[in-house]
Amino acid sequence: MGYASKSPWVIHYDASSCNGCDIEVLAALCPGYDVERFGIINTGNPKHADIFLVTGSVNSRNIDVVKQIYDQMVEPKVVVACGICACTGGIFHDCYNVLGGVDKAIPVDVYAPGCAVRPEAIIDAVVQAIGILEEKSKALQAAKKGA
Amino acid sequence: MFITESFIFTLIGTVAFVVLAPIIGCFLAGLDRIISARMQGRVGPPLLQPYYDVRKLIAKDDVTVSGVDGVYMTCALVFTAFAGGIFFSGGNLLMSAFVITMAALFFIMAAYSSRSPYAELGAGRETVQVMAYEPMVLLMAVCFFMAAGSFNVGAIFNQPLPVICLTIPAFIGFLFILTIKLRKSPFDLSTSHHAHQELVRGTTTEMSGKTLAKVEVMHWCETVLFLGWTGMFFIWGTPLSIILGVVVALAAWFFEIWIDNNFARVKWQAMLKWAWIVALVCGGINIVILAFI
Repeated sequence: MGYASKSPWVIHYDASSCNGCDIEVLAALCPGYDVERFGIINTGNPKHADIFLVTGSVNSRNIDVVKQIYDQMVEPKVVVACGICACTGGIFHDCYNVLGGVDKAIPVDVYAPGCAVRPEAIIDAVVQAIGILEEKSKALQAAKKGA
Repeated sequence: MFITESFIFTLIGTVAFVVLAPIIGCFLAGLDRIISARMQGRVGPPLLQPYYDVRKLIAKDDVTVSGVDGVYMTCALVFTAFAGGIFFSGGNLLMSAFVITMAALFFIMAAYSSRSPYAELGAGRETVQVMAYEPMVLLMAVCFFMAAGSFNVGAIFNQPLPVICLTIPAFIGFLFILTIKLRKSPFDLSTSHHAHQELVRGTTTEMSGKTLAKVEVMHWCETVLFLGWTGMFFIWGTPLSIILGVVVALAAWFFEIWIDNNFARVKWQAMLKWAWIVALVCGGINIVILAFI
């Protein structure tokens, strides 16, 4: 295991929809689950984050915000779409202003469905995301050595 | 000859500090997080978590807003190393205090260089923090001089009694500003170790990757140096008293963690007001006492 998987710092963003998933994300980050055991820290700063947890669907108002946060994150980085709205648009998919899931704005690595997404599903998704983060980190190191 | 004995001692001390302080500081930072977690009813991260964090940060891609913040942070690290070297080689306490302030100033410059509103506000607050703690640091050094008869830290080994016997008020004042110097709550105004605050991450908002790793390593070294300042008060002619110094330094550090976990952040006005009141009262009383002894 490399160091990327031992210290995954998380940023969460609530794109839209009902906010239920965002509450579940914070529930998963609260002391009850104590994610700091695995080195996970909830940062408020995209420049410090490795994993981007997005809840809610993307609409024409917030697509720039989602892209902005993703662009500010430093490689290697992974994106987890939390909840069915973030995956596909969910119950709001045919609203006049909704563009769809988060993958309409930025590349998504892990999809965690559910309405609202359960904390267990979020933890499961983050564990998968850590695996992808590790792979991306290795690829970046290899690219640095090659360059 | 330009190369004097004290110069060589300082050089050896700096090299030893550069090797040992990050290791000790890293363990202390890991213990800090575990103790904090236990105080909050959690298990907390592994002991080496700060080391994992820094290794990860070093492996991150190089992204910088200004292009110079990394250079400023390197300067801050170098000055921290010299401040530690001067102190632990028994050199001039006043010089150690001034050099570590240079490190703080470079950290402020690094934050200002990004031109980000969050980092600039953080840098402004860091400046206020320097203003708040510096008078007490100077008064502490003056009291040390009046008690030990020298600004040289090595002079404590010639004392029949530990310096603390004559400098209790100054030591209390120093403990007060130690919270500011270690950037612990209630005085973590410029940047907070804990997740969210109103300034995003204040001074370190725009720093990432290797630059942020330098901030972490600087913080480890600073912790070791400031705990050295704390332990210095309790060491005298007997070499065994070094153990007492280490024990007191660790107790003070535990006390700081307890304060960190139990007090909410104050406004900068309150910090500046109280730091100066404490400095004037504690430092003033101590100087008056020492002047009449």
